[in-house]
Amino acid sequence: MFGPFFYLLRARGLDVSLSEWLTLVEAMDKGLSHAGFTQFYYLARSVLVKSEVDYDKFDRVFLEFFKDVAFTSDELPQELLDWLNNPDHERHGDLGRGDLADALDNDEIARMFRERLLEQKEEHNGGTYWIGTDGASPFGNAGESRKGIRVGGASQGRMAMAVAGARRYRDFRDDTTLNTRSFQLAFRRLRQFSNRVDAPRTELDINQTVRATCDNFGFLKLVFAKPRKNTVKLMLLMDSGGSMDSYGSLCASLFQAVSKSNHFKDLKVYYFHNCIKSHLYKSPRITYRESLGTDWVLNNIDGEYRVIIVGDALMDSSELTAGGYFSQRPDALNGLQWLRRFKERYRHLVWLTPENNDLLVSRFWGASYSLIKREVDTHVLTVENLTNVIKKLMIAR
Amino acid sequence: MDANVNKNTFAAKASFRGSADYVAAPELINSVNIAMTLQKPLLIKGEPGTGKTMLAQSIATALDRELIIWSIKSTTKAQDGLYGYDVVQRLYDSQFGGQGVDDIAKYIKLGRLGEAFSREEQIILLIDEIDKADLEFPNDLLWELDQMEFYIPETKETVRAKTRPVVIITSNAEKELPDAFLRRCVFHYIEFPDQTLMEEIVRVHFPNVEDRLLNQAIKAFYRLRGIHAIQKKPSTSELLDWIQALTLGGIDVSKIARELPFAGVLLKKNEDLAVMQTQLR
Repeated sequence: MFGPFFYLLRARGLDVSLSEWLTLVEAMDKGLSHAGFTQFYYLARSVLVKSEVDYDKFDRVFLEFFKDVAFTSDELPQELLDWLNNPDHERHGDLGRGDLADALDNDEIARMFRERLLEQKEEHNGGTYWIGTDGASPFGNAGESRKGIRVGGASQGRMAMAVAGARRYRDFRDDTTLNTRSFQLAFRRLRQFSNRVDAPRTELDINQTVRATCDNFGFLKLVFAKPRKNTVKLMLLMDSGGSMDSYGSLCASLFQAVSKSNHFKDLKVYYFHNCIKSHLYKSPRITYRESLGTDWVLNNIDGEYRVIIVGDALMDSSELTAGGYFSQRPDALNGLQWLRRFKERYRHLVWLTPENNDLLVSRFWGASYSLIKREVDTHVLTVENLTNVIKKLMIAR
Repeated sequence: MDANVNKNTFAAKASFRGSADYVAAPELINSVNIAMTLQKPLLIKGEPGTGKTMLAQSIATALDRELIIWSIKSTTKAQDGLYGYDVVQRLYDSQFGGQGVDDIAKYIKLGRLGEAFSREEQIILLIDEIDKADLEFPNDLLWELDQMEFYIPETKETVRAKTRPVVIITSNAEKELPDAFLRRCVFHYIEFPDQTLMEEIVRVHFPNVEDRLLNQAIKAFYRLRGIHAIQKKPSTSELLDWIQALTLGGIDVSKIARELPFAGVLLKKNEDLAVMQTQLR
């Protein structure tokens, strides 16, 4: 049957289970896709995909799989037709063709166009020069440009290399108390109550007590229940040092709001410099002694955690695209790759920037920001935004 | 559905095509029919005001079935939907010599789900805003919705649906629903209607609306929704209110797009109104 489609969906990151697949097969048996290929598309989507967020993923896999079926391979269409129980070969072939062209909407074309662009860029990078305007990497002029960045960076005095030596130690915990109420109120919304938590039965369950008492001929019998508790677990990752120094008080108030909000089931706070790399740090001092491997975090802290990353996202973009220039031993993965791994592990993830960087995008330091913005959901850290962001954290985006 | 579809399937007996007072996109109608044929709950998500709750009413009207609505609140427990056992009443009755205390069934009150299961004929069951309840709520209903039955230990009785009800579940995506639950549902996301569909929707509600007014209002409405800075985008129900306000207010049609009279009907936040005023200048 259509096993390969099932496996392709799974390979492309859609979490389709066998029971859902069998439901689809059952639906086909019941003749639900008789009206044709479009019908089949909607049928498969409504049975296999359970979130509008995944619609796009599904569309891509569908195109990827059935483009071949309809246009190139001779073997599979017959199988498709058999499967659809439709003997009218000619009519069906036409239907499929037309629908596929329809399905290839503007977004899809735009995506393919971007891919083409990407390919071209790689070629140009291999060559001697590439006039980068506003592409994926504004530093397209590979070898030479990287030199250019170094020079430019140093003269602007914001280079990590320069700052690293004079890094000020900032412990957000030590900051004076600020009015963090509004932040705290925002964090209140980050909750998901459940009474299945591992807790002793400490709360009087009135309904059950009434019931037990009545069953007991009116003699009082108390029943206790587990309290309803928040099950949300939060991981806060903060950029420390360098360009972040100027935002100390803002970050401190956010930190205090989080640490004062004692309603989370668990709270983990880690620090990093500029972007997540192979190590995270337990204190804002970013010392090796207090470091722990990012791999460890990814393996041991489960994907249920909501992740908030706070950082200005302004750095030399080679930190994101290459190993990072100020570490002696270049990381095996670059910043963007680490970020992607985080995104795969933690579906609820946002990046907050202390300032609106949109104006900087065309500038030198803005390049890293636009790279990050493309990768993760990015917002400016304000009280109002935080409320919206937290709404988003409740559901995976 | 074509007439040649297997007569044994439910879809052949009754299929949903939308109803006189509810305009549905073809994909939505498709999903409803899929859910009915597969006899699985249909989970509907979508922006507020896209008519999630209306859908169940419309299916009920179109198929001429009774509609049972179970509205979920943050404190709703799965048990509430099945049955309640009024032990206090029974204790009183036993203490003051009431009749029939031995008959526990007298003190069992079925909840909405229980009601739906015990009907003779097929009904439409709407579980409205399921995401309002606790995290485990949907999981607690897995068996009941799968098997369409539950057991009452007090009376040693099983309440089982004679004909499986059509179950429509709506969610506002305030919380994520558990995977195990999602896997048992047919899912449909109601997209915001496009201009043509919207015109149709408005006409269903206001058959006598003037063409030019409708045209202008819808244009202005979509322009407003297109403004990125607006936080709470106006939805269908707000458009309907607005058109009613415009009709009753006897507004000059040429002014609608330029001045957006009664904008307060469309936009509910002060910030949004301010944004609109600056954008429309």
